[in-house]
Amino acid sequence: MTTVTATGSWVQRNRMTLTPLLFLLPGVLFFVVYVISPIFQSFGISLYEWDGLGEADYIGLDNYRELMTDRAFEISLWNNVKWLVLYLLAIPAGLFIALFLNQTVRGIRLYKSLFFFPFVLSQVVVGLVFSWFYLPREGLLNAMLALFGLEPVNILGDPQLATYGIIAAGLWPQTAYCMILYLTGLNAVDPEQIEAGRLDGAKGWRMLWHVVLPQLRPATFIAFVVTIIGALRSFDLISIMTNGGPFGSTRVLSFLMFEKALGEYGFRMGYGSAIAVVLFLIMLVFIGYFLWQMWRDERAARH
Amino acid sequence: MFPTPIQKRPRAMQVTYQGFLPLALILWLLPLLAVMMFSIRPLSDFSNGNYWGLPSSFELFSNYGRVFFESNMPRYLLNSLMITLPTVVGAVALSCMTGFALGIYRFRGNLLIFFMFIAGNFVPFQILMVPVRDLTVDMGLYDTKTGLILFHIAFQTGFCTLFMRNFIRALPYELIEAARVEGVAEWRIFWFVVLPLMKPAIAALAVLIFTFIWNDYFWAIVLTQGPGSQPVTAGITAFNSQFVAQYHLMSAGSIVAALPPVAMFFAMQRHFIAGLTLGAVK
Repeated sequence: MTTVTATGSWVQRNRMTLTPLLFLLPGVLFFVVYVISPIFQSFGISLYEWDGLGEADYIGLDNYRELMTDRAFEISLWNNVKWLVLYLLAIPAGLFIALFLNQTVRGIRLYKSLFFFPFVLSQVVVGLVFSWFYLPREGLLNAMLALFGLEPVNILGDPQLATYGIIAAGLWPQTAYCMILYLTGLNAVDPEQIEAGRLDGAKGWRMLWHVVLPQLRPATFIAFVVTIIGALRSFDLISIMTNGGPFGSTRVLSFLMFEKALGEYGFRMGYGSAIAVVLFLIMLVFIGYFLWQMWRDERAARH
Repeated sequence: MFPTPIQKRPRAMQVTYQGFLPLALILWLLPLLAVMMFSIRPLSDFSNGNYWGLPSSFELFSNYGRVFFESNMPRYLLNSLMITLPTVVGAVALSCMTGFALGIYRFRGNLLIFFMFIAGNFVPFQILMVPVRDLTVDMGLYDTKTGLILFHIAFQTGFCTLFMRNFIRALPYELIEAARVEGVAEWRIFWFVVLPLMKPAIAALAVLIFTFIWNDYFWAIVLTQGPGSQPVTAGITAFNSQFVAQYHLMSAGSIVAALPPVAMFFAMQRHFIAGLTLGAVK
């Protein structure tokens, strides 16, 4: 009897610590098992030569040494840079469309939805849609080029062009995403500041640059985060549109990793993990910056 | 309002704008419109090279009918649904709890745990691939829907927690304090005070996660194989090799595969956009 009351009161006294602990437990457990600890495990696996089934041989940093001389790795890394730089075009493009659509005419809501809607499609479908769009014979692109009297191009069959063709496909939904972020941001722009700007004679570009864009900073920040993460995560489009080809010219690190670890070239889990670690470290630079920004906002909100 | 409302512009400009809107939209959706046009053509049009002229016959029903009755497509769609719905429920339930704990209570490590969820949400999938696949194989869940669902729930909890915690932060804290003064137990505060206020957040997250999971391709090919458990994003490649070079059927198939999240988006648009643009306005 006494012990029951004792524990009861202990629970009672510590309820402000126990409650959040219990509420966090299932979520944190899931997340640690499936997301946090695999990151560290991958670092470990990258030091082994392992086919995923038999014994794993410890080989130290040999996988990383091999990366240095792997031509496919070099091409992939370079393609990642192209993705990263060109994907950022989604941000100004999204802003441009948002400015175009930020009006109150009849039916504008439907227009906004239809402009946004490529984002809702899966990347698999986007990839298919664009690979058919690019088809040398049946594709609409070449039919349009022919109207202007231009020679047909086989974008996905040309090692020089294929990556750009895939990035263009990726920009389609990504621009839609940035557009919706900016439309929401524009909605909240302070009309008094716009009026004040007008009285000061600011118009067009100057108004956009000095009055509107500063107020759109939160939207721009999110657009940067999702676009950079999206660029480095690109996998689906490449897998669907070219499967890395022609001649491996469209591989990126995420795709190369999958190919090495689970693809037809055998199960090299260790080597694949080493590639994943490199990709992770590249992303960590950006993740670190994003987290630092968010952390600052949190601190500012507290005080 | 920026830019200047079109109504304040000269009449000619207004007419130009009104005319330009549909034109821009058609250009923007052109690749998709092309696929839609493919999907109502007969096969003979393709062999005759009639890609863009009038279809020689209107085959909408026969093409889409074959997608449903002569392939594994219904199976894949059902799999997608059976993977997506439990994930939505699981991730939303877990993150209601984590969001509540992180949004309401002050304790050491609160921000640290919160940032762990955010950081995990950004990592490349490939760094998780080998260990997660091993874990799934070891649990005997490789090539099962359950294996895929468990991972999706865990991973989505990161984003959902970020969302829920920020939403709860914005609720009036006095409500909780008032309940505490009344002597209401903490779990009852969660259930009767906070949860009812979270309905809009739950709706927004549910449609977002539905779309994310339905559209997942990478984890589907890493953790499953074959029509027994693969969702439609992975199944579509098998579908396309069944109907190789029959563009009228492949187009119809990919439109069918894309339809559920599109329908979800148009039905729940307000929630969807509210979820996606959280934080875009301070």
